[in-house]
Amino acid sequence: MTDTYADLLACEDLLLFAGAAMSSSGQREFHSSAGRQRLSLGFLHDYVRETLPDLYAATLALHVNDHNAALIIANLLARPRPDAPAHERARENALIRRRLALMPPQRVYRLFGRLAARRVNNRRTRATMRAWIGDRPDLALDALKYRRGLRAAARHARVRLPEEVEHFLFSPPASRRRLPYASALLRAHAAAHHSARALYALPYTVAEGFAAHHGIPRDRFLENIRERATHAERLRLTATADRHGLASTLDLGTAPLLRLCVYVLGLPLSERRARRAELEEALDRSARRAAGPMAGTWPPTAVVLDDSYSSFGSPVRRNHPLAIALACHHLVAALSPEASSHWVSGHRDALTVRPVGPTHLAESILEALERRPERVLVVSDGHDDHPELLSETLTAWRTRIDPDRSTTMLHLNPVFDADGLSMRPLSPAVATLGLRDPATLPSLVGLARFGEGRLGLADLRAYLDATVTAYLEAA
Amino acid sequence: MSTTGTLDLGDLATGPSQQWGNIRLVPLLRPEPVPGLRLHDQVNESPVTVAGSGRRSVYVGYVPHAYVATWGDDPEPSAAHGTQLLDADARAPRERVRLAFQHRRVQRLGRNRSRFLPLHLAVDGLLSLGFGGPPIAWAEWADKTVRDGLSPREETVYRGEHVSDLQEALRVFEIHPDQCGVVVHVADALAAVHVVPHPEDYRVLHPTLLLDMFGEQLFVYGLLHFTVRALHEPIDPGSVRDLADLRRAVEASRAASATGHDELMLPSLTGADHAFEWLYERSGFTLGRFLPSFRGDRDNHIGEVITAADGRVAYLKTLRLSNAQVRRGRLLRALEEADWSLEGAARALGTDRSGLITRIERAGLAHLLNRALLERHRAARARRVGRYTP
Repeated sequence: MTDTYADLLACEDLLLFAGAAMSSSGQREFHSSAGRQRLSLGFLHDYVRETLPDLYAATLALHVNDHNAALIIANLLARPRPDAPAHERARENALIRRRLALMPPQRVYRLFGRLAARRVNNRRTRATMRAWIGDRPDLALDALKYRRGLRAAARHARVRLPEEVEHFLFSPPASRRRLPYASALLRAHAAAHHSARALYALPYTVAEGFAAHHGIPRDRFLENIRERATHAERLRLTATADRHGLASTLDLGTAPLLRLCVYVLGLPLSERRARRAELEEALDRSARRAAGPMAGTWPPTAVVLDDSYSSFGSPVRRNHPLAIALACHHLVAALSPEASSHWVSGHRDALTVRPVGPTHLAESILEALERRPERVLVVSDGHDDHPELLSETLTAWRTRIDPDRSTTMLHLNPVFDADGLSMRPLSPAVATLGLRDPATLPSLVGLARFGEGRLGLADLRAYLDATVTAYLEAA
Repeated sequence: MSTTGTLDLGDLATGPSQQWGNIRLVPLLRPEPVPGLRLHDQVNESPVTVAGSGRRSVYVGYVPHAYVATWGDDPEPSAAHGTQLLDADARAPRERVRLAFQHRRVQRLGRNRSRFLPLHLAVDGLLSLGFGGPPIAWAEWADKTVRDGLSPREETVYRGEHVSDLQEALRVFEIHPDQCGVVVHVADALAAVHVVPHPEDYRVLHPTLLLDMFGEQLFVYGLLHFTVRALHEPIDPGSVRDLADLRRAVEASRAASATGHDELMLPSLTGADHAFEWLYERSGFTLGRFLPSFRGDRDNHIGEVITAADGRVAYLKTLRLSNAQVRRGRLLRALEEADWSLEGAARALGTDRSGLITRIERAGLAHLLNRALLERHRAARARRVGRYTP
């Protein structure tokens, strides 16, 4: 290895940042408040942007979560690097556009709103906004659903909108409703002010306000609006629909794995047991879809899953770490034909798992190792009751029992430790990575190689380069 | 009935400690809950169901000291004065303290929440339960002392939520499924031990540790800014050849850590002699209170204990006294043993009468003494050593 000490540090910093940007969403966690999370995260962003400016944008191609992607893009737009080489700037622009295209529109509009409030109005920002709004498939829908966001962005970046949409957004209410719109959506919106029947043509969130306005009973509204609700909205509304005696037409297996796990953990234990067959089938199907072409290709794998009390997360991210663990259980079962799961509490049945009890990771990890797997994944927030013992156990295992690395071990941490400014590690012998969406698990295992200290900054640059190229070409 | 002896935690096993900031919480685990004793229904948010029998009177209920609730048909909230044993269908504890002044605030809190008395009242209560006041009307004591005993007294204590990291430590603490108690260490000084008969009771009472009382010494310890480490017995990598070895080493290390806690840190409570006063017995459960030896060279804990018929500790709640409280307790005990005669107590403490009065005064108990006596004593001292005594 020809890397200097500084290079190794840079490599570590970048991995640390990538881990934090994958797991932290600036919300309250079990051990730290939202304020601390944001403070620590803000520092990491500033630090990496200043010390590794060329690699900062490249992290957009990794699986950083949307919250951090928005932060990175806001930083890149607000503080462009005029002295950077032209090809780097072009690449940054391409990365920003690609990432924005993949982000949910409500997040993009929030980002644009924030840029407008900060008065970031350089050429790059205006061009980015114009390009993104120009690519939207249906601006009439956006004008209804994200009215304030589209309005702020269009006004801030002086974006030319279709004439009807512009009229809808920027004229006073009386003239707004009088115009005979060509777009059916905008026409329905004007009509919904006086006709209850017209509101069923609108998106769910917009229609809900009109339903309250017309005093429509909840059950009738839910039954008729079902066609217009998005998949996530329907999943969220299943309990309400059940309460009103409406038959659920939702196919749970089509939901994204993590969202489905959060839904399952939100159900009471009795209901989970009663609907066991349906839920397990849906979880398996969703996991197989998340695994995609990788399904069944992994070597024998053991997963150690943390279901201690701290996996409850916080009221704002209820059961989130536990949901990630549950998702990993199903995903690894789909990825590897010989998978085994070891819950920390000793629980055997994944469906009825609950966040209770202490964290004794050492015993569970040893139990997993006794099955002689080729790969061990530990999904935990890293807050063991006895950190020294765990660390020594893993070091002793690595140095005395398995020095030639026939088993690889990776710690996936769903929680960013704001006080330690890192992902809380288990032991120096095991690499730790952040994890947000279990669907990204296969590619994370590739990134983990850099955490073990055997590959240096040059390799990491090459890896990032290849990832970015692949990311941009996938468009 | 009173006895002197040490406190034995019996079948309670020490679990692995959890630490946060400078607080260490050590769980106490029971293989089997103590049968027949449960938190009283009025305290428990969900009524206790006893398996195999629909009758509620098969268990004895207990009400922790200073527990505030609206009992039976009494519209005013009141607090249990001293932990009490009740039949499960009893409506209210016998000895209660009315909380008329707290009326509004308690109502706002809602009927079903666990809550306790303000702590100075609770400490006063515990100390005044131990000392009743002079039985002979010696002339040296104020009329009020003779008439009313030691109450009202004032003690400076701090609520758990003011002791540095305790609030956060209790919030992030991961309760074991079979946990029936906890040992609280503040900056590695044993602050309190809390034991209940059943894990479900523990879950109900766990947050109330925040409302518990801590002496001023522990509050100061809480300000010490250091992080306590896990009790750790290192494992020797040289002895590890395969996974079975490693598993054995982990088990041995955990056991050694627990033993280390039991032998090093718990004797603060279990190693000292206590004077137990056994109050009454109900269905095999005996309720007692204990006072420490009030020696200045060791930790002093007071508390309440319920033992089962087989001698196991079913319920325990302790409070560590601060140094000033220990000094007061030592004076009061000497006075009580000498039947509140100043000469007798002074002999027992190895001083003379005026020395004892000075000590009573400096311990903050001057209000117990006859005012004229106190004035004479102060004048004499001023003549002897000058007004400004060191």
